[in-house]
Amino acid sequence: MNSIRALIVDDSSVMRKIVERSLRQAGIDLTEVFQAGNGAEALVVLQASAVDLILCDINMPVMDGLEFVKQLSGVPNAKGVPVVMITTEGSEAHVVQAISCGARGYIRKPFTSEQVKEHVVPILEGKP
Amino acid sequence: MKSAKELQAANGSHENWVPLLEVATREVFELMLSCHLTTSATAEEPRRDVTAMVGLAGQLCGVLSVCCAEKAAIRMTSLMLGVTVDKAGPEMADALGEISNMVAGNFKNKIAGLGDGCMLSPPTVITGSNYDLHSLADSPGLQVRMLFEDMPIEITLQIHS
Repeated sequence: MNSIRALIVDDSSVMRKIVERSLRQAGIDLTEVFQAGNGAEALVVLQASAVDLILCDINMPVMDGLEFVKQLSGVPNAKGVPVVMITTEGSEAHVVQAISCGARGYIRKPFTSEQVKEHVVPILEGKP
Repeated sequence: MKSAKELQAANGSHENWVPLLEVATREVFELMLSCHLTTSATAEEPRRDVTAMVGLAGQLCGVLSVCCAEKAAIRMTSLMLGVTVDKAGPEMADALGEISNMVAGNFKNKIAGLGDGCMLSPPTVITGSNYDLHSLADSPGLQVRMLFEDMPIEITLQIHS
């Protein structure tokens, strides 16, 4: 697996750091990590930067994760980029909603780096 | 949509939710802090230096709070972030807010019907112990006291039925 650029979207800076650390612990080589505190900030990041993976919370102020994922279809730098939701909202209905909005994966908080690996690595390797 | 009372009837009394609250808390500490909480029949009331709260609204309405001493909160932050305690202070409120958010989310996901029917507010964190909290809850709160590295923490769920 090549090194990748990741965008981590969460309104908690602590959680952004934990997600980045979990990706590294999962053996994912990160050349660059972009961070955003909500969906609107993340769209601004994507206007200037291309990424290979997006990890996104759902419950955020200004623009939540589901709205952000819906808007990605109009962002050239996000074309084909997999999105994995990381959230406390763990019901089946939330998973279905996130996938229907365009997310490729779903990780429930609390989580371990092993769970991040299980969900993210197959997506990066192009497995369905 | 089930009402809170129907949920209560389906899941037993609110008192029966105490073990779920305890398990939900333990899982958060084990998965995110790599730390095992212990229980003690004599666990004393913690210092209330830091109180993190999350509101629940929908089929279950209430407030979940996590209370502890500042020393415990900073240590939790250092474990979450993998940094030394001297570097953890500035992130303490954010970390405690996330812990309360994950405990609340994990708890509601363990109760049939609540995962979809109950939303969480963004966390609020109070630092400082000179305050009184007045809940308008109309039922007794659920309370769990545990020891985090020998320091008491208290998780309370005030329920508005």
